[in-house]
Amino acid sequence: MSDKTSDSIAFVAKGTIPPSPPPASQAGVVKWLRDNLFSSVPNGILTLVALTVIYLVLQKTLPWLYNGVWTTTSLNACREVLDGKVGACFSVLTERWHQLLYGFKYPAEFYWRPNLALVLLLVAVAPVLFFDLPRKMLIFTGLYPFIAFWLIWGGTIMAPIIALLGFVVGGAVFQIYGRGSFAAGFFGGIAAALIIWALGGMLIPEGASENAMLQAVPSRDLGGFMLNLMLGVTCVSLSLPLGIALALGRQSDMPLIKWMCVIFIEFVRGVPLITLLFVASVMLAYFFPPDATVDLFLRVVIMITMFSAAYIAEVIRGGLAALPKGQYEAADSLGLDYPQAMRLIILPQALKISIPGIVNVAVGLFKDTTLVSVISMFDLVGMIRGPILASTEWNGVYWELLGFAALLFFVVCYGISQYSQWLERRLATDHR
Amino acid sequence: MSTLTDPPQEQFRLSMLVNDTRYRSLTFQAIAAILLALSIWYLGNNLIQNLRAAGLNISYDFLGNPAGYDINQRLVEYDNQDSHGRAALVGILNTLLVAFLACITATIFGVIAGVLRLSNNWLVSKLMAVYVEIFRNIPVLIWIIIIFTIMTAALPGPRAFRGETPDASMVLDLFAFTNRGVYIPMPWFESGIFASAAMNWLLVLAVLVGSLLVTRKIEAWATLKQEATGERPKTLAMVLGVWLVPFLLLMVIMGLSWEIPALKGFNFQGGIKIGGPLIALWFALSIYTGAFIAENVRAGIQAISKGQTEAAAALGLRPGRIMNLVILPQALRVIIPPLISQYLNITKNSSLAIAVGYADITATLGGITLNQTGRAIECVLLLMLFYLTASLVISMVMNIYNASVKLKER
Repeated sequence: MSDKTSDSIAFVAKGTIPPSPPPASQAGVVKWLRDNLFSSVPNGILTLVALTVIYLVLQKTLPWLYNGVWTTTSLNACREVLDGKVGACFSVLTERWHQLLYGFKYPAEFYWRPNLALVLLLVAVAPVLFFDLPRKMLIFTGLYPFIAFWLIWGGTIMAPIIALLGFVVGGAVFQIYGRGSFAAGFFGGIAAALIIWALGGMLIPEGASENAMLQAVPSRDLGGFMLNLMLGVTCVSLSLPLGIALALGRQSDMPLIKWMCVIFIEFVRGVPLITLLFVASVMLAYFFPPDATVDLFLRVVIMITMFSAAYIAEVIRGGLAALPKGQYEAADSLGLDYPQAMRLIILPQALKISIPGIVNVAVGLFKDTTLVSVISMFDLVGMIRGPILASTEWNGVYWELLGFAALLFFVVCYGISQYSQWLERRLATDHR
Repeated sequence: MSTLTDPPQEQFRLSMLVNDTRYRSLTFQAIAAILLALSIWYLGNNLIQNLRAAGLNISYDFLGNPAGYDINQRLVEYDNQDSHGRAALVGILNTLLVAFLACITATIFGVIAGVLRLSNNWLVSKLMAVYVEIFRNIPVLIWIIIIFTIMTAALPGPRAFRGETPDASMVLDLFAFTNRGVYIPMPWFESGIFASAAMNWLLVLAVLVGSLLVTRKIEAWATLKQEATGERPKTLAMVLGVWLVPFLLLMVIMGLSWEIPALKGFNFQGGIKIGGPLIALWFALSIYTGAFIAENVRAGIQAISKGQTEAAAALGLRPGRIMNLVILPQALRVIIPPLISQYLNITKNSSLAIAVGYADITATLGGITLNQTGRAIECVLLLMLFYLTASLVISMVMNIYNASVKLKER
């Protein structure tokens, strides 16, 4: 039988037939195009519309970018070089580069100081942003505010040293007494720091800033993108602890403290930042002692910090509310008191949940620092709208300057939000 | 044999104020109250001393004085002899106007971009992602200035519309885009039932509201019928009739006609003028906030599990009805709370009007009035009061709406 079958069948394939290639419409670029761009008639129309939009945008901007002039000293000279062609006068950026970055009054010979402060800032925030770096680097982060203050404002080195000393002594007092009772350590620490500052203030001799190692620069001379960065960094880092305190206060079961926090948060969130900046520029001076002259920068920092603290408090409140009640009860049943429970159990989890929200607030706040141009501080937008566009050389160069400002903010804000997404993935401890 | 003794009589000791949880919160609140009172006293004291030194007092009389400045964009009658209070009212209406317009257009932009970002068209979804990222990451102030610059520097002046071969021409002979603003045709009634135009418009509004009420009655009747018989009666023709017939009839009776802007002298006359600052602010706020709303819409739609779509499809619903009856009602619950805060943001960001010279409340009361009268404290307080009230009202209204779409559970 078996031999018969092998005879009766004319042909038996020895190997498998190689698979034939898929039809041309089901493979490669064509398939991708069909699936993703032309899967249906409306989709095809959408694609064509999108392509038209992209074409129109590129048709306008590419020659403008490509023909850009980088080396002239005024708009007229730039127009001569362009000779009727469509093109950008990027030379305004090169010529006014320092004004855009540092404002128009910061002494040119000291530009290295903010530059150094920026580099050190990157070093200082690195251990906060990336947990893999050695923890010892946090010491430098703690020192950074004082170094940066001294670098940017200059003046006597005594002031930042005494400020630092106050924090160190306060921290030490808290370490010693805070073990027994958190409240005793906390208030003792604050009192000790205040005493150090008061004593130290008397120690600084009159006119110490005159012949200091770094010449003093008054804060009204700050400007440009540097001012935006300084306001953003200072206010975000100051408003984090304040925001945590407000969020905890709002959750508190002590009615007086709870209502103080609720009223503060709702009030600040109900008014626009501009009105708070008006408060800083025209109203806050009335609330300081008559002989005190608190400069505008500090007043603005106070108001922006209050503003962002209220928003951060709401974000953190969301994080606190998202924790299961069992976490609070478990902390209580372990016998932890309130500060311990918060520090060891609740806040680490609540803050982790709140990170995306906090980053959103930080990005929003950094963008909002442009609003100080309304109260005639010369930040990046203020510089563009004020001294640069008003100058005879560059009157009429809008797109290059505004585009540059937009690009700077985009790079920083997009970078921060990408970091936040990375951090979320990194901190995700739930296994999905 | 040991006997149980009574627990020692508890006596109040001073240390219990800190260590005993029964008293501790009272202690802390007392300390907080004292600190609060001290700081209020300190700030108030400083304020009084500073005011005395400057020879000022707190008084709101300036609101009645003549303002002495002109406002181009206004919804109510105003000239420079009117009071500061009237100028502030003009500003309030302008703020509400731009906030209202921007809320509507931002929602439209946001919903379109959010839905398109989820489109299975690769190019369109990437394009929308680029839109969202670009607009979210650049300050709204820069957007406002950019669009204002387009309005003033890139659009032609009225002069360009003049002559035999003008450089610029009106769009469809109806709309004029100039660097002084956009002129659009204005509807008006030749034979209005009432003497004043406002009353005629109110009549139109009343008719439309009436149509809306009747439509809802018809829908309710159709639903009842459907629940009783399983067949939904066709209501489209009835609804269209209820909307169109009374409205068109009214228009014919009152003789609707359009006043078309025309170049007279150095400027356009007639029609409705929408000033450049208003358009810049309106457009920038809508397109900026639209990017945020797009993200909320996307998150809301993605929050609905795929099983819902599949279940609806298994029940035999068409894709359009799946969206309307199953996805959107659930997604709205996720979308609305962040949408409320975006509307609040628009209202608050409309204060940036001061950067382009749109006469909103911040520019009138907080800008010119403040500078002319020097009444800084009063002006800023009134300004804050207005925004606080506006924010509270908006969040109240939206919370009521939110409660109405919320999942009804016991």
